[in-house]
Amino acid sequence: MSKLHWALQATLLDGRDARPTLILELVGSSRYWSKRSRYPRASGLGLFRVATHFMPTDQEYLRPTQQRQETSNRPASILATRNITHAFGPVTVLYSINSDFVPGEVHAVVGENGAGKSTLMKICSGILRPSLGEVHYAGKPVETGNLRKMENLGIRLIHQELNLADDLTVLENLFLGAETVWGPFLEEKKMRAEGRAVLERVGLDISLNKPVRDLRVSEKQLVEIAKAISQRVTVLILDEPTATLTSQETERLFQIIDSFAKAGVAIVYVSHRLEEVKRLSHRITILRDGRLVTTQKTADLSPNEIVRLMVGRSLHDLFPAKIPPTETTNALEIRDLNVPGLVSGASFKLKKGEILGFAGLIGAGRTELWEAVLGLRHASRGKILRDGKEVRANSYSQAMQRLNAVYLSEDRKGKGLVVSFDAQTNYSLLGLKRFGSWLVDERKERNAFRQAVEQFQIKVSERSMPISRLSGGNQQKVLLAKVLALDPEIIVFDEPTRGIDVGTKAQIYHLIAKMAAEGRACVLISSELLEIVGLCHRVIVMRSQQIVAGLEGPAITEDEIMLYATGVKSPQPTLAL
Amino acid sequence: MKSAELAETPVAQRGSRLRLKGVGQWARNAGPLAALILLMILGMMLNPSFLSWNNISNVLTRSAFTGIISVGGTFVIVTGQIDLSVGAMAAFIASLMIIVMNQFADAGWSLPVAVAVGMLIGLLVGLLSGLVNGLLATLGKIDSFIVTLGTMGIFRSLVTFVANGGTLTLNSNIREVYRPVFYESWLNIPIPVWVLGVVVIAGAIVLAKTPFGRYCRAVGSNAEVAHYSAIHVNRIRVIAFILQGFCVGLATLLYVPRLGSASSSTGLLWELEAITAVVVGGTALRGGSGRVSGSIIGALILTLIGNILNLTNIISVYLNGAVQGVIILGAALLQRNSRTR
Repeated sequence: MSKLHWALQATLLDGRDARPTLILELVGSSRYWSKRSRYPRASGLGLFRVATHFMPTDQEYLRPTQQRQETSNRPASILATRNITHAFGPVTVLYSINSDFVPGEVHAVVGENGAGKSTLMKICSGILRPSLGEVHYAGKPVETGNLRKMENLGIRLIHQELNLADDLTVLENLFLGAETVWGPFLEEKKMRAEGRAVLERVGLDISLNKPVRDLRVSEKQLVEIAKAISQRVTVLILDEPTATLTSQETERLFQIIDSFAKAGVAIVYVSHRLEEVKRLSHRITILRDGRLVTTQKTADLSPNEIVRLMVGRSLHDLFPAKIPPTETTNALEIRDLNVPGLVSGASFKLKKGEILGFAGLIGAGRTELWEAVLGLRHASRGKILRDGKEVRANSYSQAMQRLNAVYLSEDRKGKGLVVSFDAQTNYSLLGLKRFGSWLVDERKERNAFRQAVEQFQIKVSERSMPISRLSGGNQQKVLLAKVLALDPEIIVFDEPTRGIDVGTKAQIYHLIAKMAAEGRACVLISSELLEIVGLCHRVIVMRSQQIVAGLEGPAITEDEIMLYATGVKSPQPTLAL
Repeated sequence: MKSAELAETPVAQRGSRLRLKGVGQWARNAGPLAALILLMILGMMLNPSFLSWNNISNVLTRSAFTGIISVGGTFVIVTGQIDLSVGAMAAFIASLMIIVMNQFADAGWSLPVAVAVGMLIGLLVGLLSGLVNGLLATLGKIDSFIVTLGTMGIFRSLVTFVANGGTLTLNSNIREVYRPVFYESWLNIPIPVWVLGVVVIAGAIVLAKTPFGRYCRAVGSNAEVAHYSAIHVNRIRVIAFILQGFCVGLATLLYVPRLGSASSSTGLLWELEAITAVVVGGTALRGGSGRVSGSIIGALILTLIGNILNLTNIISVYLNGAVQGVIILGAALLQRNSRTR
């Protein structure tokens, strides 16, 4: 073995729910020792990296992932990952992934939100450098985290978010960074001819002079693909390419993908949409919680099986026992709510003392629906009734007064907390005037914060420390304290456990259950099916802007939710929510 | 110690990081004050008359215009905006005040009443101008830089227009009545310095101690978070502009009796002086954090540089701008250093 990895693991502390682990990684390789650039983030010695990892359970870090992989005579892979492990700060998102992508094959990668699909793809395409592991090209390891090198090898990633310069024309975008030049001048004519040819290949009939800003999203997508194939391409990675396409446009994209596969390109297709995956792919890799569950021939798996493999987990003991709500009165009733382009015709009731789950894929309109209810977003139509009376809220502060409702944002750093402020200032920002409308009574504020620190078990070593220095879990606790400080009757938790450690997750689950038990109406918007199933009394499933199903009691299962969310099951005909 | 805390920061770094941050914070807070003290020591060494009460009150009085405007400017900049129109606005207000006072005096009103009405109108026009700037920047969704660039041009050219390309002069009988507002003293301290003091203290309290002040910082740090904290982001931004307009009005009330005239060159470059004062005082130009006390120190530093150059012969007075430029760059470097991690 020319390259050596030692992972030295020392368990420092033993927690009940989770254990933090200090990992001292000694990364050495005779070949790389001379190339210091490979580990630029390493500390002074260049060979040691110290990182704290936060692990859900014991010894999983080094446990080999269970994989069923046929080793029969398949053609050699062009791109492969070997023991890819990746951590963002304290959160490990990929555990020792081994995968092979073969020329001429469409390989689907599926998994729930946060399963690690996009991270894996970014590593494959050289955007990210993995914490551990190798990427192989044609059987040989290549330098990871080098986008340019991967592009030269013909590995192209088409992002979930499009990567075009809006103000440049189609032609300029196609050749951005790869312009053909004659001396100091651009070779306009030559690029034009090449550009036209490549657009033809993807079946796009638009003017090369059009600014990309003026294109439809689907056209942009195709321009992106055209850009990818205008240079040599051996592996084409598409990260949720159909998220914004109509069915017709999707059809055309499939034809293009097919033709590329036939031409010997390895296609990696990342998607949530099981029908598409089933139809398009030859093989399928399922990721769950950063682990590779299985890689199999697509034909061998039914959609139901795929869903089961995607969601099946065993963290159920994190959740408090479900106590059915004692009250039956409505806290809120929503009738035919519309947000142009984001939510259409949503009607449902929210009862006091219940936890109502909102499930669905990202972009299904769950967040937007509740933002509209809370006056954070403009609704074009619809009624909000509280105690049978219509209530109007044009701003969040009005909604807080008239509905006594609060919203915990899914975007902690973008919408929830001012990262440059300290924890206390963040805590008191919502409803600051309770500490005095003319002057802020700082002693009262400090005391209130001290109480919140105790109540929510927030770990702040210094009050004036900017909140960006706290861990994700502690930041989330500050955000919870901020939102709950006003004693609300209706609480909307939007992805309350995103990017935080398991211990804090469990605390938050208990907190939500406690809030409901106190008679407050709780809404849980989450992409983690496990917490929806583990916590909610009722679940509303949304799919492309609409409510498609309402589930209650034993009908709340991960499989059932996923089937509605992905559109495998058609919407429930009668919805009485 | 519980587990979550460990995950926060790598153990080895925790202590040192905190200490470093403390130093940065201290440099940003005390830097401007230290610079001011250094300048004063320098002035003292170069010319003994520097410390005379006459010279000090002269420096303070000269700082009053920029100082008062920079208090409003602190609010605008802390909310993440900028106001380039203040100099032109001051000239515009000054010319309106002169016209109004002259008209009322000519119409036979008693002179003190004419002056009072003129002053009131000056303040009102300031408030209104701020409101217009604010509304254009928020409801009009135009970047405040562009908005105030536009209104700056409009104000400036309106002044030239009403003055018919020349100079508007206050009638001498009115000037006699109005003069004390700039030239008189109370308890041996000139009136403009009193006004400056009141504005600075009020501004400092509003920015540091009231919900509004904190909302300003929240809006400037992250408008989205402010929106999701039930803060009316646009309202805060407009109020900041109105405060700026009010401060410009107030500064102009003190400025008009000084010369008793207004022309197209009145208040020239005040906007840059005010912005410089705010930034030298440690307020981040991108918004989110700042202190009124820093801004006034910044204004004093700027005046002191001119004053010291005037009192000594080491550097030519013509290099005043260059020395100010060096100070600005130094302040910017200091701020940058305190933010690097």
